[in-house]
Amino acid sequence: MAIKREDGRKVDEIRPISAKVGIIPNADGSAMYQSGKTIAIAAVYGPREHHPRNQRNPAKGTLRCDYNMLSFSVTERIRPGPNRRATEISKITEWALAPVVMLEDYPGMVVDVHIHMTQADAGTRCAGINAAAMALAHAGIPMKNIVSSIAIGKLDKTIVADLNKHEEDFEEGEGATDIPITMTPDGEITHIQLDGTIDKEQLKEAIEMARKVSKEIYEVQKKALKDVGEGK
Amino acid sequence: MTEENQRKVVIPGEVLAKGDEFLLGEGTQKKGNGEIISIRYGLLEESNNLIKVIPLSGAYQPRRGNVVIGKVEEITFNGWVIDIGSAERAFLSLTEVPRYVNKDGLDEVMDVGDMVTSKIWSINKRGIDLSIKSRGLGKIDEGILFNVNPNKVPRVIGKEGSMINLIKTNTGCNITVGQNGLIWIKGDLIEDELLAKNSILFVTEKSFISGLTEEVEKWFKENKIRGDKK
Amino acid sequence: MTTTQTTPEITGNRIKKYLEKGKRFDGRALDEFRNIQIETGVSKNAEGSARVKLGKTEVLVGVKMDVGTPYPDSPNKGNLMVTAELLPLSSPRFENGPPKFPAIELGRVLDRCVRESHFIDIEKLCIKEGEKVWTVFIDVYSLNDDGNLLDAAGIGIIAALKDARIPKYDEETEKVLYGELSDANIPLSKNIPLSLTIHKIGKEFVVDPTREEEDVGETRVTIGSSNGKISSMQKGEEQKLTIEEMGKVLDINDKVWKDVFKKIEGQLK
Repeated sequence: MAIKREDGRKVDEIRPISAKVGIIPNADGSAMYQSGKTIAIAAVYGPREHHPRNQRNPAKGTLRCDYNMLSFSVTERIRPGPNRRATEISKITEWALAPVVMLEDYPGMVVDVHIHMTQADAGTRCAGINAAAMALAHAGIPMKNIVSSIAIGKLDKTIVADLNKHEEDFEEGEGATDIPITMTPDGEITHIQLDGTIDKEQLKEAIEMARKVSKEIYEVQKKALKDVGEGK
Repeated sequence: MTEENQRKVVIPGEVLAKGDEFLLGEGTQKKGNGEIISIRYGLLEESNNLIKVIPLSGAYQPRRGNVVIGKVEEITFNGWVIDIGSAERAFLSLTEVPRYVNKDGLDEVMDVGDMVTSKIWSINKRGIDLSIKSRGLGKIDEGILFNVNPNKVPRVIGKEGSMINLIKTNTGCNITVGQNGLIWIKGDLIEDELLAKNSILFVTEKSFISGLTEEVEKWFKENKIRGDKK
Repeated sequence: MTTTQTTPEITGNRIKKYLEKGKRFDGRALDEFRNIQIETGVSKNAEGSARVKLGKTEVLVGVKMDVGTPYPDSPNKGNLMVTAELLPLSSPRFENGPPKFPAIELGRVLDRCVRESHFIDIEKLCIKEGEKVWTVFIDVYSLNDDGNLLDAAGIGIIAALKDARIPKYDEETEKVLYGELSDANIPLSKNIPLSLTIHKIGKEFVVDPTREEEDVGETRVTIGSSNGKISSMQKGEEQKLTIEEMGKVLDINDKVWKDVFKKIEGQLK
C-alpha cells in the first residue's frame, strides 16, 4: 500500500528548501530557490523599453519569461541553443505568474524574467517559478500575491509531494505521474500540468496536497524577502 | 506615526488590516472580503487610519515638480526627447529653455547623448513635459553621474534636505539628486566628488536604520582624509 | 535606465582624468585586481565546476565530459571545446538569442589560452587510439557583469578543470557512467595558463576594469601565459598601440600575472 521513498521522506514531505533574494547586483530584482538538489536562479529587469516594438502592448506592460538550463546542470550535457522544452516552460512560467502581476501602470513596457537552472534534480520548472516570484517582488513589480510552485507525484497508487529525479523514473505498477502545480497562498491555481496516469479522485487528492505543501514554500519565500530587510 | 525603526517589511499579498475604517494609501489594495493587502514589497506605514506601503524597490513614478536627470535620445523639430527611465516619453520643448533657440540650432544647445537636469512641469496623456527654465537646470557639462534606487532618493535628500546638505557641506560639492535616481556631483577635486558619491552610496545601503544622520557624520569623520585614503 | 546602456561621457572623462593622476574610483592601483573569490563544486551534475567573483563580476563555469571519436588528424588525442554565454540575467545590456560577438570572442580567446598552453594533457584523454577519446566541454556563463568578464572566466576555467574528475567509462557497453566518478582528475599541467587583459583608458594602462572603466577603454590586449611562456594573445577594440606601448603591455602582464597567481593559488585545488 504505502510507498517507501528512496530518500526516506514521508509522502507529504518536500525536500529541504532554501531561498535567497538579491543575488545578482545588476538586476532590478533577483533570487535563488533550492529544493533538494535542484537550484534555480532568477533575475528581473524592468519595467523597461519593450523591443521589438511590434510586440508592445499599448494597454499595459508585458511579462516576458525566459527559462533555460545551464549545459552542465544535468547528467548529460545539454547543447546550448534553442530548446523546445525550455520554450514551453518559459511560457508556462509566464502563465503561472501573470495572474498576480499588475502591469497596468507600464503600458508599452516589458518586464523580463530570466530563469536558469544551475543544477537539476527534477522539479525544475517549479523551482524556477518560485525563484521568479521572489525576484519580481524584489524588483518592486506591483503584485496581488506571491505564487508557490511544487510538483506533486503519484508513484504507482500513492500520491507524494515533490518528486526527485529518481522518483520521476519510477516504473513499478502504474509508474510515476508528475503534476506540477502553482498556487497563491489563497489556494488559487495559476498553473497545472500533468504527465502520467491518474483518476479524478486521486487528482483532487494531489491538488489538496499541493495546497498544503505550497504553504510551506510560501513561508520560505516570504522569509527570504523579509530577511533582506531593506532589499536592494 | 510609525517610527523609522519600527517599520515592518511587507510583501505583495500580505494582509495589513481589515475593515472600513481604514484609508488606502499607496501600495495597498482592498480585496473583496474587506482585507487590505500590500501590492508591493515595502515598508508598512500607518498613521491616523491611513495605511500605505512605501516601496523598497521598483520603477520611478514621475510626479509634477520632480527634478530629474536624463539623457537626450532624439531631437525633433521643436525640442528634445529625453529618457528619464519612465514609461511615458519625456519631452523638453524649445520654449521651455531660458534663452532663444533657433529652430536649426537645437543640437547646438543639446545633442543626442547629452545628459540634462530638468523639472517636470506637466504630466498628461501625451507624456511628460519638462522644463529647464529654473536655476540649476540644463545640460550637464562635467562631473560624475551615477544611479541609485529611486526609492531611496527621499533618504538621500533627507527631511527638508538635511541629509544632502550634510553631504554638500562635508564635501564642498554641488550635488543634484534626480527623483528618478540619477545623481550628479560636481566638485573642485575628483577626491571630493568620490567622497560625496561614496557617502550617498552609504546612505542607500543603510537607509533602513534610525539615527542615519549620526551614522553619516561618523562616516565622514572616518573617511574624510584629503588625498590618499587607501 | 539611462546609465545602464553605457557609462555617461562626463563620468568617463572623470575616470580618465583620475587615471592620469594614477588613481581609480575604487582606490585601486592601475595594475591591481579586485578581490577574487573562487568556489568549486557548485554544480553537482557537472564533472567539475567553479564560481568566480571578481569584485561584483561573477561567472559560473562547468566542465562536462563525454566519449567520442577523435579528429582524423589527431587519432590519439582527446577533444576540447570552450564556449561562453553572456546571459541577459547578468546585465541589462545582454539580449536573449544566439551568442553575439562578445560571447563568441570570449569563448574563442579562452579556448586558445587553454588549448595552446597544453594545460590539459589531451594524449592522456585517449581511450582507444583512432576510435574513442574523451571530449572535455567547458561552458562559461556570466552571472553578473561589472567588467572584466574575460579574466574572471579564465580563472573560472582553471578552477573548474582542477575540480573535475573523469567519470567512469564502461568499455563493454560503451557508455559513460555519469555520477560515478573515477579517482582520476583531468590530466593537467602544473603550469597554470592565466589569461589577463590589459586595457588602455585614455593615456593609461589599467587591469581588471569595472564596467564603467571598461566602457571608456579604447583598446585592450588579452594575454594567456604560463610560466613566462605566452600561448595566446588578442588585441581588441579600435585604437592603435605603438611598439613601445606593446612592450609596456607585456611588462604589465608579467607583473600582474604574479600578483594574480598569488591571489588565487591558495583557492585552487
